[in-house]
Amino acid sequence: MKKLLKFDMWKLVSLFFVLLFSLILIYPLLGVLRQSVIDKDGQFTLAEFQKFFSEPYYFKTIYNSLVITVAITFVTLVIGIPFAYFYFFYRLKGAKFLFIIAILCTMSAPFIGAYSWIMLLGRSGLITRFFKDALGIRLGSIYGFNGILLVQSLKLFPLVFIYMNGVFKNIDNSLLEASENLGCTGVKRFFKIIMQLSMPTILAAALLVFMRAFADFGTPLLIGEGYRTFPVEIYNQYLGETGTNYSFASAISVIAIIVTALIFFLQKYLTSRYNFPINAMNPIPKKKAKGISGFLMHLYCYGLIAVAFLPQLYIVYLSFRNIDGGVIKEGYSFGNFISASKRLLGRSINNTLLFGVITLAIIILFSILIAYLVVRRRSLLNNAIDTVSMIPYIMPGSVIGIALVIAFGRQPFALTGTMLIMIMALVIRRMPYTIRSVTATLQNIPISTEEAAISLGASKAKTFLKITTPMMSNGILAGAVLSWITIVTELSSAIILYNNRNITLTMSAYVAISRGNYGLAAAFSTILTALTTVSLLVYLWLSKSEDIKL
Amino acid sequence: MSVSITIRNAVKKYGQQVVIKNLDLKVKPGEFFTLLGPSGCGKTTLLRMIAGFNTIDEGDFYFNDKRINDLSPSKRSIGMVFQNYAIFPHMTVRKNVEFGLKNNNFPKQELKTQTDKFLELMQIDTLADRMPHRLSGGQQQRVALARALVIQPNVLLMDEPLSNLDAKLRVEMRTVIRHLQRDVGITTIYVTHDQEEAMAISDRIAVMDGGIIQHIGSPQRIYQRPANVFVATFIGRSNLIPGTVEKKDGKWLLKTGALVTQIDNLDDKKVQNGQKVQISVRPEEFHVLEEKEENALTATVKDIVFLGSSTQYFIKLADGSEAIMVNESSLDNPHSAGSTIFLRLNVQKINVFSEDGSKNLLKNVDDGLKDGWEAGLQ
Repeated sequence: MKKLLKFDMWKLVSLFFVLLFSLILIYPLLGVLRQSVIDKDGQFTLAEFQKFFSEPYYFKTIYNSLVITVAITFVTLVIGIPFAYFYFFYRLKGAKFLFIIAILCTMSAPFIGAYSWIMLLGRSGLITRFFKDALGIRLGSIYGFNGILLVQSLKLFPLVFIYMNGVFKNIDNSLLEASENLGCTGVKRFFKIIMQLSMPTILAAALLVFMRAFADFGTPLLIGEGYRTFPVEIYNQYLGETGTNYSFASAISVIAIIVTALIFFLQKYLTSRYNFPINAMNPIPKKKAKGISGFLMHLYCYGLIAVAFLPQLYIVYLSFRNIDGGVIKEGYSFGNFISASKRLLGRSINNTLLFGVITLAIIILFSILIAYLVVRRRSLLNNAIDTVSMIPYIMPGSVIGIALVIAFGRQPFALTGTMLIMIMALVIRRMPYTIRSVTATLQNIPISTEEAAISLGASKAKTFLKITTPMMSNGILAGAVLSWITIVTELSSAIILYNNRNITLTMSAYVAISRGNYGLAAAFSTILTALTTVSLLVYLWLSKSEDIKL
Repeated sequence: MSVSITIRNAVKKYGQQVVIKNLDLKVKPGEFFTLLGPSGCGKTTLLRMIAGFNTIDEGDFYFNDKRINDLSPSKRSIGMVFQNYAIFPHMTVRKNVEFGLKNNNFPKQELKTQTDKFLELMQIDTLADRMPHRLSGGQQQRVALARALVIQPNVLLMDEPLSNLDAKLRVEMRTVIRHLQRDVGITTIYVTHDQEEAMAISDRIAVMDGGIIQHIGSPQRIYQRPANVFVATFIGRSNLIPGTVEKKDGKWLLKTGALVTQIDNLDDKKVQNGQKVQISVRPEEFHVLEEKEENALTATVKDIVFLGSSTQYFIKLADGSEAIMVNESSLDNPHSAGSTIFLRLNVQKINVFSEDGSKNLLKNVDDGLKDGWEAGLQ
């Protein structure tokens, strides 16, 4: 009887996830699909798709998104791989500093980069005016394609860096020596051996960058202007300056999911062609960065990091300047922070932390359970749970926002504007990171450790709590820190789901920017930056590693 | 084609720590030469200095008369087999073997013929289009050998190539390597910590410890006339028994416990009358007496291990020291645990070392260090 009960416990957990995912993921997605093909009278129609593909005005958004995303992915690889190579193969001065700043660049809130670059290089930006007034040179426009490319490449290249750093660790030094021994050295070796060995990881990094850039909402919204991308279009259709059109927003969402799914499978196909294991018995020793080349390497790495980190520094600087509306005045003060405190600052911080903590707790609990189901209780059902839980990885945030509004925006579930719907969106969106990281960790823990505990008289539940879970803690921590930072900086789904009651720091900053209140925006952004920085430093301190896995 | 390798006064330091100390070495053309020693003895460091992966802090390295100190690894004409094979996991077997040829601008039309020749030589021609992770350990080893040899290098370097294989495969592969090396006739330096493997495979062995070569010689010489106690105990088993030597009537007597025996091959120049020594007795160099005799060692049998063709006895000598004795197994069990036995030594075979163990006191012992070329070649 007792045995039966325990057996049923994990069955119940599986069942719970089936129901949960059906409710908060499958049901909303089907809702989007249904909405996209049903007209006002409830009849089946492909009119919305027809409208999308026949009018270049709309069709252009997906096309633009694809073009800019491919460009961003390419640029991040081109600047990120050399950065990672210099960082890993050479002993650079202040390597740890480089590492932390690179992480901070990629962890910033989605629109801070765009906003700050506008303040620097925009029509009346600091640098633009300096060139015009002092040197008489007109700089090209930062708005549109170039601006998005600049902002996103600088924000996303650290992802490539982190991935490459991980794979370089797995390359055995004797492979490089064998290559050298057989007459293949230098640049030739870099392309024929190092790049080839890293190819699965390069593809993985490219996919991650692609998904992030493709779904990005904040950057094109602020800096895109005439260069219209689909996440902004979904938002426009939802916000409805010409009347809310859920059906058309849904149609765009469906098309966007199809595109990301295609990219996902293309990447899987390409990766399958590089199916080989690598692991390092002898890690590669770091070389000294000497002479001219050493100087150039330092110049490249520090230069890149400086440019990428500049926006965040400038925002922090701005937050202490006296600013009246959109005009920067003489002198420094806490004025921006004081006026922020009158504009929902307290509520924003409260909400951000509250949503963050609750979401993270749910994510950690679910991830541990799902990882256990997938690794230790292999079954068709549990594999299906795993696959479904990863779907949000390829879904743009605005699509999830729309899906939740359609599913829970009216009776019987009128949840729009509640804490519940925000947390739902955040859990759906950010759980995949933690699940992957915990699953990977559990896969590397031999089951014999748990068997040993059971043989020593521990119950299964006790073994799970006292043995399995603590051993997974590194994976949990690594996944959780990523989930946490993306939770507190969430914009694309929040913008569809927020209202005054459940406003967060990110949303407050965004609202201030959109109203042209630069000082206020800078203050909110600075607090947000401080929050993400502290989170990251606490993680690095807790995990005692200078390493981060994605 | 085959070259000699000469190393003069080689030094390697890691920070303050000196891992190779003023080392001299000569390897004959076409010779199979093994660097043998415990981990941390500097054998791999020395091999990697020859390969060019470790810098040379002091000293000169020559292939024939050509100094190679400043040549890059790719210019030294070396075939190298790594401990973990270092097969490129993203290339097929054929691509791996071709790799060196392509980099050395081998004529395109002969590329396939040359590759096929070595694939066949290593009996992996049927695996040519496989990816490496689908090969067994032994097959990967063969790919590594083919890849190292196909470029027809002057020297073959092997860094513990068999250590990742299971015991049976290890024995099989060492025969393959030995035959291959003889057929190709290439000068080979082989690194291992496995003394049995070294003895089975080598023309000559250099036993290393603490960054210093302790003894260079043929496997037989090293086993039978080790230069010092380290070599005696590292190569095979040796029981060390304290004793003294005395000169009486112009003849040397060796004494330990109750045992007194005449020994004829002590080197007069190395020994002083009444000197304390360490007697090194291999397990098979004990001789069990039928019954008690004068001047014999007394010992108690502690434990008996039957090993098939031979039987191992763990014995305790009268002075309290413990030793291991090996005899051919007999049909009955002549000695049981707890019984007392009487022993003599095979005086021709045993070795006598100075009390500190640093030198062998017998005649005709050469540590091969003065001139590694001729010494020990017999």
